[in-house]
Amino acid sequence: MTSTLDTLDRHLINTLQEGFPLVDEPWRVVAEAVGSTPEEVLERVRRLRETGVLTRFGPMFQIERLGGRFVLAALAVPEERFDAVTAVVNALPEVAHNYRRTHRLNMWFVLATEKPEGIAGAIAKIEAATGLPVFAFPKHREFFVDMRLQA
Amino acid sequence: MDSLPDDLDRRLVIATQAGLPLVARPYDALAAGLGVTAEEVKARLAAMLASGRIRRIGAVPNHYALGYTANGMSVWDVDDARIVELGEAVGRLDFVTHCYERPRALPDWPYNLFAMVHGRDRDTVLAGVAEIARLLGSACRGQDVLFSTAILKKTGLRIGGA
Repeated sequence: MTSTLDTLDRHLINTLQEGFPLVDEPWRVVAEAVGSTPEEVLERVRRLRETGVLTRFGPMFQIERLGGRFVLAALAVPEERFDAVTAVVNALPEVAHNYRRTHRLNMWFVLATEKPEGIAGAIAKIEAATGLPVFAFPKHREFFVDMRLQA
Repeated sequence: MDSLPDDLDRRLVIATQAGLPLVARPYDALAAGLGVTAEEVKARLAAMLASGRIRRIGAVPNHYALGYTANGMSVWDVDDARIVELGEAVGRLDFVTHCYERPRALPDWPYNLFAMVHGRDRDTVLAGVAEIARLLGSACRGQDVLFSTAILKKTGLRIGGA
Protein backbone atom coordinates (compact mmCIF):
# COMPACT_ATOMS: atom_id res chain seq x y z
CA MET A 1 0.00 0.00 0.00
CA THR A 2 2.85 2.39 0.86
CA SER A 3 4.57 1.81 -2.47
CA THR A 4 1.72 3.54 -4.33
CA LEU A 5 2.51 6.91 -2.71
CA ASP A 6 4.86 9.17 -4.64
CA THR A 7 6.81 12.16 -3.36
CA LEU A 8 4.01 14.62 -4.06
CA ASP A 9 1.46 12.41 -2.24
CA ARG A 10 3.73 12.30 0.82
CA HIS A 11 4.41 16.01 0.74
CA LEU A 12 0.68 16.66 0.43
CA ILE A 13 -0.24 14.31 3.31
CA ASN A 14 2.34 15.94 5.57
CA THR A 15 1.22 19.44 4.61
CA LEU A 16 -2.47 18.64 5.11
CA GLN A 17 -1.80 17.20 8.58
CA GLU A 18 -0.60 20.68 9.59
CA GLY A 19 -3.88 22.34 8.70
CA PHE A 20 -6.08 23.58 5.88
CA PRO A 21 -6.53 27.29 5.16
CA LEU A 22 -9.81 29.09 5.80
CA VAL A 23 -9.84 30.94 2.49
CA ASP A 24 -12.19 30.73 -0.48
CA GLU A 25 -9.76 28.76 -2.63
CA PRO A 26 -7.74 26.72 -0.12
CA TRP A 27 -6.36 24.28 -2.71
CA ARG A 28 -4.52 27.18 -4.34
CA VAL A 29 -2.64 27.77 -1.07
CA VAL A 30 -1.96 24.06 -0.63
CA ALA A 31 -0.77 23.75 -4.23
CA GLU A 32 1.72 26.59 -3.73
CA ALA A 33 3.05 24.93 -0.57
CA VAL A 34 3.71 21.63 -2.33
CA GLY A 35 4.70 23.01 -5.74
CA SER A 36 1.71 21.82 -7.75
CA THR A 37 -1.59 23.10 -9.15
CA PRO A 38 -4.93 23.38 -7.31
CA GLU A 39 -6.52 20.89 -9.73
CA GLU A 40 -3.76 18.36 -9.23
CA VAL A 41 -3.76 18.50 -5.41
CA LEU A 42 -7.55 18.29 -5.20
CA GLU A 43 -7.54 15.27 -7.52
CA ARG A 44 -4.81 13.65 -5.42
CA VAL A 45 -6.74 14.18 -2.19
CA ARG A 46 -9.88 12.68 -3.76
CA ARG A 47 -7.84 9.63 -4.70
CA LEU A 48 -6.18 9.36 -1.28
CA ARG A 49 -9.63 9.47 0.36
CA GLU A 50 -11.07 6.89 -2.07
CA THR A 51 -8.21 4.48 -1.54
CA GLY A 52 -8.36 4.90 2.24
CA VAL A 53 -4.86 6.37 2.62
CA LEU A 54 -6.65 9.28 4.30
CA THR A 55 -9.34 8.15 6.72
CA ARG A 56 -10.63 11.70 7.16
CA PHE A 57 -10.29 15.11 5.65
CA GLY A 58 -11.89 18.02 7.45
CA PRO A 59 -12.31 19.48 10.93
CA MET A 60 -11.23 17.30 13.86
CA PHE A 61 -13.67 18.04 16.62
CA GLN A 62 -12.78 17.96 20.29
CA ILE A 63 -15.98 16.23 21.31
CA GLU A 64 -15.78 17.18 25.01
CA ARG A 65 -15.73 20.86 24.06
CA LEU A 66 -18.92 20.25 22.10
CA GLY A 67 -20.63 18.81 25.17
CA GLY A 68 -20.06 15.18 24.19
CA ARG A 69 -17.97 12.43 25.66
CA PHE A 70 -15.29 9.93 24.56
CA VAL A 71 -14.57 6.84 26.67
CA LEU A 72 -12.05 4.09 25.97
CA ALA A 73 -13.46 0.68 26.87
CA ALA A 74 -12.40 -2.95 26.64
CA LEU A 75 -13.80 -6.47 26.64
CA ALA A 76 -12.23 -9.86 27.30
CA VAL A 77 -13.83 -11.79 24.44
CA PRO A 78 -13.61 -15.59 24.29
CA GLU A 79 -11.73 -16.43 21.07
CA GLU A 80 -14.54 -18.56 19.63
CA ARG A 81 -17.00 -15.65 20.00
CA PHE A 82 -14.67 -12.93 18.72
CA ASP A 83 -16.34 -12.38 15.31
CA ALA A 84 -19.87 -12.43 16.72
CA VAL A 85 -18.99 -9.95 19.48
CA THR A 86 -17.20 -7.72 16.94
CA ALA A 87 -20.40 -7.56 14.90
CA VAL A 88 -22.47 -6.62 17.96
CA VAL A 89 -20.04 -3.93 19.14
CA ASN A 90 -19.43 -2.44 15.69
CA ALA A 91 -23.17 -2.20 15.01
CA LEU A 92 -23.53 0.48 17.70
CA PRO A 93 -23.25 4.00 16.25
CA GLU A 94 -21.63 5.08 19.54
CA VAL A 95 -18.57 2.94 18.74
CA ALA A 96 -16.15 5.23 16.89
CA HIS A 97 -13.08 2.95 16.70
CA ASN A 98 -12.50 -0.65 17.59
CA TYR A 99 -9.19 -2.52 17.66
CA ARG A 100 -8.19 -6.07 18.37
CA ARG A 101 -5.22 -6.14 20.76
CA THR A 102 -2.82 -8.67 22.24
CA HIS A 103 -4.07 -9.13 25.83
CA ARG A 104 -6.73 -11.02 27.77
CA LEU A 105 -8.67 -7.76 27.28
CA ASN A 106 -8.53 -8.31 23.52
CA MET A 107 -11.09 -5.83 22.18
CA TRP A 108 -10.54 -2.09 22.74
CA PHE A 109 -13.00 0.46 21.46
CA VAL A 110 -13.84 4.12 21.84
CA LEU A 111 -17.38 5.15 22.72
CA ALA A 112 -18.27 8.64 21.47
CA THR A 113 -21.60 10.13 22.45
CA GLU A 114 -23.20 13.50 21.96
CA LYS A 115 -24.17 13.72 25.65
CA PRO A 116 -22.12 12.35 28.58
CA GLU A 117 -25.10 10.32 29.79
CA GLY A 118 -25.10 8.39 26.49
CA ILE A 119 -22.01 6.42 27.57
CA ALA A 120 -23.78 4.43 30.28
CA GLY A 121 -26.52 3.46 27.82
CA ALA A 122 -24.01 2.27 25.25
CA ILE A 123 -22.16 0.19 27.86
CA ALA A 124 -25.44 -1.33 29.06
CA LYS A 125 -26.37 -2.27 25.48
CA ILE A 126 -23.03 -3.99 24.90
CA GLU A 127 -23.20 -5.87 28.20
CA ALA A 128 -26.77 -7.00 27.54
CA ALA A 129 -26.02 -8.11 23.98
CA THR A 130 -22.74 -9.92 24.76
CA GLY A 131 -23.11 -11.02 28.39
CA LEU A 132 -19.56 -9.73 28.93
CA PRO A 133 -18.54 -7.03 31.43
CA VAL A 134 -17.31 -3.80 29.81
CA PHE A 135 -14.19 -2.28 31.35
CA ALA A 136 -14.50 1.50 30.97
CA PHE A 137 -11.41 3.72 31.09
CA PRO A 138 -12.58 7.34 30.97
CA LYS A 139 -9.67 9.74 30.78
CA HIS A 140 -8.72 11.51 34.00
CA ARG A 141 -6.11 13.73 32.40
CA GLU A 142 -4.97 14.32 28.85
CA PHE A 143 -1.23 14.90 28.75
CA PHE A 144 -0.78 14.92 25.00
CA VAL A 145 -2.75 14.20 21.81
CA ASP A 146 -1.33 14.61 18.34
CA MET A 147 -2.07 12.03 15.72
CA ARG A 148 0.23 13.47 13.06
CA LEU A 149 2.50 10.89 11.43
CA GLN A 150 5.22 11.62 8.90
CA ALA A 151 4.28 10.16 5.49
CA MET B 1 -17.85 21.93 29.64
CA ASP B 2 -18.92 24.05 26.67
CA SER B 3 -21.66 23.09 24.34
CA LEU B 4 -22.64 24.34 20.93
CA PRO B 5 -23.77 27.94 21.37
CA ASP B 6 -26.30 27.90 18.59
CA ASP B 7 -28.03 26.03 15.87
CA LEU B 8 -25.70 27.11 13.06
CA ASP B 9 -22.60 25.73 14.84
CA ARG B 10 -24.44 22.48 15.41
CA ARG B 11 -25.50 22.26 11.76
CA LEU B 12 -21.92 23.03 10.72
CA VAL B 13 -20.61 20.16 12.87
CA ILE B 14 -23.15 17.77 11.37
CA ALA B 15 -22.34 18.97 7.83
CA THR B 16 -18.58 18.48 8.25
CA GLN B 17 -18.18 15.54 10.61
CA ALA B 18 -17.82 13.13 7.69
CA GLY B 19 -15.36 15.54 6.06
CA LEU B 20 -15.12 18.73 4.02
CA PRO B 21 -16.51 18.63 0.48
CA LEU B 22 -13.66 17.85 -1.92
CA VAL B 23 -14.33 20.71 -4.32
CA ALA B 24 -12.39 23.80 -5.37
CA ARG B 25 -14.39 26.13 -3.07
CA PRO B 26 -15.37 23.95 -0.08
CA TYR B 27 -16.60 26.78 2.16
CA ASP B 28 -18.91 28.04 -0.60
CA ALA B 29 -20.30 24.51 -0.96
CA LEU B 30 -20.92 24.27 2.79
CA ALA B 31 -22.49 27.72 2.85
CA ALA B 32 -24.88 26.82 0.04
CA GLY B 33 -26.02 23.73 1.94
CA LEU B 34 -26.51 25.66 5.18
CA GLY B 35 -28.16 28.73 3.68
CA VAL B 36 -25.51 31.17 4.93
CA THR B 37 -22.54 32.99 3.39
CA ALA B 38 -19.07 31.52 2.97
CA GLU B 39 -17.81 34.38 5.16
CA GLU B 40 -20.05 33.14 7.98
CA VAL B 41 -18.87 29.53 7.53
CA LYS B 42 -15.18 30.55 7.62
CA ALA B 43 -15.77 32.79 10.64
CA ARG B 44 -17.57 30.03 12.57
CA LEU B 45 -14.86 27.48 11.79
CA ALA B 46 -12.17 29.99 12.82
CA ALA B 47 -14.00 30.62 16.11
CA MET B 48 -14.28 26.89 16.81
CA LEU B 49 -10.55 26.49 16.12
CA ALA B 50 -9.73 29.39 18.45
CA SER B 51 -11.87 27.95 21.26
CA GLY B 52 -10.45 24.43 20.85
CA ARG B 53 -13.76 22.92 19.78
CA ILE B 54 -11.94 22.03 16.57
CA ARG B 55 -8.41 20.73 17.22
CA ARG B 56 -7.32 21.19 13.62
CA ILE B 57 -8.72 21.19 10.08
CA GLY B 58 -6.84 18.82 7.82
CA ALA B 59 -6.07 15.26 6.91
CA VAL B 60 -5.99 12.13 9.06
CA PRO B 61 -3.95 9.41 7.39
CA ASN B 62 -4.57 5.72 7.91
CA HIS B 63 -1.38 4.88 9.77
CA TYR B 64 -1.20 1.42 8.18
CA ALA B 65 -1.21 3.03 4.72
CA LEU B 66 1.80 5.14 5.70
CA GLY B 67 3.68 2.04 6.81
CA TYR B 68 3.10 2.51 10.55
CA THR B 69 1.95 -1.06 10.89
CA ALA B 70 3.04 -1.44 14.52
CA ASN B 71 0.76 0.24 17.02
CA GLY B 72 1.49 -0.41 20.65
CA MET B 73 -0.71 0.81 23.49
CA SER B 74 1.80 0.95 26.32
CA VAL B 75 0.26 0.92 29.78
CA TRP B 76 1.94 1.69 33.07
CA ASP B 77 1.24 1.45 36.79
CA VAL B 78 2.67 4.77 37.94
CA ASP B 79 2.86 6.20 41.44
CA ASP B 80 -0.20 8.48 41.73
CA ALA B 81 1.89 11.14 43.46
CA ARG B 82 4.04 11.55 40.34
CA ILE B 83 1.52 10.89 37.56
CA VAL B 84 1.16 14.51 36.39
CA GLU B 85 4.87 15.23 36.16
CA LEU B 86 5.64 11.89 34.51
CA GLY B 87 2.59 11.87 32.23
CA GLU B 88 3.65 15.24 30.83
CA ALA B 89 7.21 14.00 30.31
CA VAL B 90 6.01 10.88 28.46
CA GLY B 91 3.64 13.02 26.35
CA ARG B 92 6.63 15.10 25.22
CA LEU B 93 8.40 12.08 23.65
CA ASP B 94 8.14 12.50 19.88
CA PHE B 95 7.01 8.93 19.18
CA VAL B 96 4.05 9.14 21.60
CA THR B 97 0.85 10.15 19.77
CA HIS B 98 -1.57 10.09 22.73
CA CYS B 99 -0.93 10.06 26.46
CA TYR B 100 -3.61 9.91 29.14
CA GLU B 101 -4.16 9.13 32.79
CA ARG B 102 -7.03 6.67 33.16
CA PRO B 103 -8.51 4.80 36.13
CA ARG B 104 -7.20 1.41 37.19
CA ALA B 105 -9.68 -1.51 37.23
CA LEU B 106 -8.30 -3.65 40.04
CA PRO B 107 -7.60 -6.51 40.25
CA ASP B 108 -7.77 -7.05 36.46
CA TRP B 109 -6.07 -3.87 35.35
CA PRO B 110 -3.42 -2.14 37.51
CA TYR B 111 -2.37 0.48 34.92
CA ASN B 112 -3.14 4.20 35.18
CA LEU B 113 -0.97 5.73 32.41
CA PHE B 114 -1.65 5.00 28.74
CA ALA B 115 0.84 6.06 26.04
CA MET B 116 0.23 5.13 22.39
CA VAL B 117 3.37 4.43 20.37
CA HIS B 118 3.27 4.13 16.58
CA GLY B 119 6.15 2.71 14.54
CA ARG B 120 6.97 1.12 11.23
CA ASP B 121 7.74 -2.19 13.00
CA ARG B 122 7.42 -3.81 16.42
CA ASP B 123 11.07 -3.38 17.32
CA THR B 124 10.79 0.39 16.85
CA VAL B 125 7.73 0.45 19.10
CA LEU B 126 9.47 -1.71 21.71
CA ALA B 127 12.48 0.63 21.66
CA GLY B 128 10.08 3.51 22.39
CA VAL B 129 8.46 1.53 25.20
CA ALA B 130 11.92 0.88 26.70
CA GLU B 131 12.63 4.60 26.59
CA ILE B 132 9.39 5.30 28.46
CA ALA B 133 10.38 2.67 31.05
CA ARG B 134 13.73 4.42 31.61
CA LEU B 135 11.97 7.77 31.98
CA LEU B 136 9.48 6.43 34.55
CA GLY B 137 12.19 4.59 36.52
CA SER B 138 11.24 3.51 40.02
CA ALA B 139 7.89 5.40 39.90
CA CYS B 140 6.62 2.56 37.67
CA ARG B 141 5.52 -0.67 39.36
CA GLY B 142 4.32 -2.58 36.31
CA GLN B 143 3.87 -2.30 32.57
CA ASP B 144 2.51 -3.99 29.50
CA VAL B 145 2.21 -3.21 25.79
CA LEU B 146 -0.83 -4.21 23.77
CA PHE B 147 -0.20 -4.38 20.04
CA SER B 148 -3.14 -3.91 17.70
CA THR B 149 -3.58 -6.88 15.39
CA ALA B 150 -6.67 -5.65 13.47
CA ILE B 151 -8.66 -2.46 12.96
CA LEU B 152 -12.22 -3.67 13.54
CA LYS B 153 -13.90 -0.28 13.03
CA LYS B 154 -12.81 3.30 12.43
CA THR B 155 -15.45 5.92 11.79
CA GLY B 156 -14.85 8.73 14.28
CA LEU B 157 -17.30 11.14 15.84
CA ARG B 158 -20.94 11.12 14.74
CA ILE B 159 -23.56 13.36 16.27
CA GLY B 160 -27.07 14.23 15.24
CA GLY B 161 -28.27 10.63 15.23
CA ALA B 162 -27.49 10.27 11.53
